[in-house]
Amino acid sequence: MKKIDLELSVGFFLLIGILCLGYLSIKLGKLEIIGGQHYMLYADFENAGGIQPGSSIEIGGVEVGRVASVTLDKDYQALVGLEINDHIKVQEDAIASVRTKGLIGERYVAITPGGSDKILTPGGKIRETESAIDIEQLIAKFAFGKV
Amino acid sequence: MIEKFLRATGSWAISILRRMGHMFLFLLRSIYYIFVPPFKFRLLLREIRFIGTKSMTVILLMGSFTGMVLALQIFYTLRKVGSEAMLGPAVAISLIRELGPVLSALTITGRAGSALAAEIGIMRISEQIDALTAMALSPIRYLIVPKMVAAVIVFPLLAAIYDVIGIFGGYFVGVKLLGLSAGTYFSQMKHFIVMEDITIGMYKALTFGVLVLWICCYKGFYTGYGAEGVSKATTEAVVMSSVLILVSDYVLGAFFI
Repeated sequence: MKKIDLELSVGFFLLIGILCLGYLSIKLGKLEIIGGQHYMLYADFENAGGIQPGSSIEIGGVEVGRVASVTLDKDYQALVGLEINDHIKVQEDAIASVRTKGLIGERYVAITPGGSDKILTPGGKIRETESAIDIEQLIAKFAFGKV
Repeated sequence: MIEKFLRATGSWAISILRRMGHMFLFLLRSIYYIFVPPFKFRLLLREIRFIGTKSMTVILLMGSFTGMVLALQIFYTLRKVGSEAMLGPAVAISLIRELGPVLSALTITGRAGSALAAEIGIMRISEQIDALTAMALSPIRYLIVPKMVAAVIVFPLLAAIYDVIGIFGGYFVGVKLLGLSAGTYFSQMKHFIVMEDITIGMYKALTFGVLVLWICCYKGFYTGYGAEGVSKATTEAVVMSSVLILVSDYVLGAFFI
């Protein structure tokens, strides 16, 4: 009886601990162990300010993937790697734009679907992009009457 | 006069260095015996039960109240700037990165660390450790290694339990009592927490586990004579572990993140 008690209590503790750890890392840390097949697309932005690996990608407000990398390419453009869920098709003439949630919220990449029949293959590049709106610049323009 | 002063400083420095080296060698010997069979699996289970399972009640209590009090205080601060929506991330990040690992480590030090130091200390003064040595059994293998391995397993798990319970305690106060919407609390939390926060918290918990067990076992293993010696060793073990937890928390936070 005593022997079972020891193992039972240790097993109980380990189970609860691992459940909690799993909850933290999968639910909150967005760690993906199972499922979630992705393919990569790329997009050049003039200004990708505020986008970082892990930022979300949305089509029509629905999350369809996450930003995998943000690097500078040789033309001094921000090359953003987009990790898109496998079942989402992105047309060749889709537009990728950097948007802000709310007025001062976090930045995300919004993809506006295009009308073309051609679907981008993994590793393809979204040609049409819209850069981040610089709110300070906007206010400055407004203040000095250049709008 | 000057020579005397220099001599005193020198001997002080040497004695500190010698003590640190002694502690470090103790740690190295314990680590060495972790990887050398035969392994004492049953002793390990017993230590996990003692350090882990039996600490769970107090961790659950402390975790829930920490989360609740955090939510309460942060809510009133955030309301002044009109951003109550940030309550979830604020509670979760402070719990996961700092409070979970630190407070659970402090709790375990008080509950289990002191007991371990006293246990080993009494085994030392009642010559049980000498008996083991006389039988050519390594006391480190039997006494220290199971506790050390148990700590490495237990500390991160208890920190994770503390985090989760704290987050739900914060949920209870923020959503049920103060009227924030449940969706806001969790969805904002998911937006702001990244895997890095969680791994940092777990690294901290691991560090604290090794640190606490190392100090408590060392102090007990080389305790002074008699009941007074054991009581002094236990006090020193708890005080030193608690201080070092907070110091190393700052050091880890400042240099490695």
